Amino acid sequence: MIERAHWFDRLTYGALIVGAILVCMPIYYAVIVASMPDGSESDAVYLLPGGHLFENLANAWNKEGLGRQLFNSGVMAVGVTVGKIAISLLSAFAITYFRFRFRMTAFWLIFITLMLPVEVRIVPTFEVAANALAPFQAIIDLLAIERVAGWLAGHEVDINLEWSLLDSYTGLILPLIASATATFLFRQFFLTVPEELCEAAKIDGAGPMRFFFRILLPMSTTSMAALAVILFIFGWNQYLWPLLITTEPEMTTVVIGVARTLPTEDADAQWNLTMATAILATLPPVAVVLLLQRWFVKGLVDAEK
Amino acid sequence: MIKRVTFASKSLPYLLLGPQLLILAVFFFWPAGKAIYESFFLSDPFGATQIFVGLENFQMLLVSPEYYDSILVTLVFSGLTTLAALLSGFVMAVFADRAIRGVLVFKSALIWPYAVAPAVAGALWIFLFHPTFGSVAGLLIALGVDWDPLLNGAHAMTLVVVAAAWKQISYNFVFFLAGLQAIPKSLIEAAAIDGAGPGKRLWYVVIPLLSPTTFFLIVINIVYAFFDTFGIIHAVTGGGPAGATNTLVFKVYTDGFENQDLGASSAQSVILMFIVIALTVLQFRYIERRVSYA
Repeated sequence: MIERAHWFDRLTYGALIVGAILVCMPIYYAVIVASMPDGSESDAVYLLPGGHLFENLANAWNKEGLGRQLFNSGVMAVGVTVGKIAISLLSAFAITYFRFRFRMTAFWLIFITLMLPVEVRIVPTFEVAANALAPFQAIIDLLAIERVAGWLAGHEVDINLEWSLLDSYTGLILPLIASATATFLFRQFFLTVPEELCEAAKIDGAGPMRFFFRILLPMSTTSMAALAVILFIFGWNQYLWPLLITTEPEMTTVVIGVARTLPTEDADAQWNLTMATAILATLPPVAVVLLLQRWFVKGLVDAEK
Repeated sequence: MIKRVTFASKSLPYLLLGPQLLILAVFFFWPAGKAIYESFFLSDPFGATQIFVGLENFQMLLVSPEYYDSILVTLVFSGLTTLAALLSGFVMAVFADRAIRGVLVFKSALIWPYAVAPAVAGALWIFLFHPTFGSVAGLLIALGVDWDPLLNGAHAMTLVVVAAAWKQISYNFVFFLAGLQAIPKSLIEAAAIDGAGPGKRLWYVVIPLLSPTTFFLIVINIVYAFFDTFGIIHAVTGGGPAGATNTLVFKVYTDGFENQDLGASSAQSVILMFIVIALTVLQFRYIERRVSYA
C-alpha cells in the first residue's frame, strides 16, 4: 500500500464486503430456504434461517438414492483424480527420460487432445462407451480377419467384440482419465529436476523404474497434491458425461440428481428439499477448495503454465 | 525438450505411454474420426443405412436460420459471460491486492464458487430468479419488471449469463490476484513518486502489465463459456425459451440425442472442432508473442 488515505481504505473494504456478499448470496439463500419448514411460501423474502435445516438435510439425505449418488460422485471424482495422475506421470516420465523413435509423435498425439473435449464429439464417444471394443471390431472387419482366421482354422469363425461401459464405474471414469494438461504439468516439473539425480541413480545401479518410484515420485508429491485438488473438483462436477452414459438412477452422480430434482414449470415444488440436496451435493468439493486453499490455488496456476 | 541424462530402453517408454495412448485412441481419436466420417453421410436413426452425401450436411447447416441463431446465441452468451466474469474478477482482485486485514476471509468468499458444479450453480440461481418461486424475481415483479425467464428469451439469457459468470469469477480472481502480486512494487512506487494517483497507476502501469494475464483469461473464459456451461443450460433453460439459450454445444447434444440426426450433429461437431483448434492456436501462438511485459 502506498498512500494512507482513509477514503481509499474504506472504498477497498467496502467493495470487498459488497463483492463477497454478492458472490455468497446464492448459497446463503439456499441455506435459508433449506432451513424452512415444508409448505412455506417460497416467493416471500426470508433473511434469517427457519430452524429446520438439519431436518431438511436429513430428509434430503434419506431421499431415494441420494446416498448412493453421493457415493457414485465420490468414486468418480477419486477415480478420475487417481487415474489421471497415474497415467500422466507415466507418460511424462516416458517423454522426458527416454529417447525413442516416436517420442515427438506421442507428445503431439497427447497435445492434440486438448482440442477434443467431450463436447465436440458427443455422439461418437457415446457409441464407443456403449461398446468400447467397437474400434477393434471395426479394424477386424476392415482387415477381414474373420475370413483369414476361418481359413486357418478350417471352419467359420465369428469374432464379436463387445464391452459396454454404460451404467458402470469404469464407464464414468476411464474415458476421462486421459489428460494432456496433467501430462504437461509433470513434464514441466521433470524438466526442472537436476540431471545429477538421474546420473547418481544410474551410477548406483538403479534402473529406470526404480529411479521413478524411489526418486522422481517422492519429489513430485507437491505437484501431485496441488493437481489432485483441481482434478477432484473436475471429476465431482462432471455433467455431460454421466448424463450420457448412465440411465439407471442408482448409477448416476449427485450433480445429475440435483438437476433432476429441479421443478419444471409450476409443478408443486419442494424447494426446501431441492436446496438441501444442492447443499449436500456442493459440500464435498467446496470443503476441498476451502480447506486446501493453498494447494487449490497452486494447482490452478500450475495447470495452466 | 528432453533430459540430458536418459535411460536406454527400447520397449519401456512404449509400455509407459501405453495406457494413455490406448485411452486416447479409443475415446478421443476414434470418436473424433468417426464424427468427421459421419459428417459426410446421411444416416437413419438406427444406423442401418448410410448414404454418402458429401458436404450436404454442412450446406444444410449453413442455410439453416436455426444454426445462425445458435451461433448468435453462443456469441452473445460467451461474450457477456466473459466480460462479466473478467470485470468482476479484476475489480475484486485489485481491491483484495490492496487489503491487509481479513484477506483470507475475502479470498475464501470469492474462491468457493469454483467448486460448485455448473448444473448446481444453475439450480441456485434459477431458485432466486424463478418467476413463481424466486424471491429476487418476486422483488423484480414488485418493482414493476415483467420478469419471466421461462417465457422471455432475454431474461433467460440474463439468468444463464449470471450463473455462468458467477462461477467463473473465482478463476479470474485467482489469476488476476497472482498477476497483481507479481508486479514489482518498485514500479508502482516509482509511478507514485512521479505523482500518479491510484487511478492513473491502475490505468497506465497495472493494466498494461497485466495484459498477458488478461489475454490468457479471455481465451480461457471463452472456452469455458463455449464448453463447460452445458450443465447450466441443460439444467436451467433446456435451450429455451424458443431457442433463446440454444448454444452450439447444446444444439449438438439435442440434434444428436433427441432428434437423432447423426449427420447434422456430426457436421456441427466438426465445426466445433475447428473452433477449438482456432482457440488453442490463438492461446499458444498469438498471445505468447504479441503480449509481453514491456
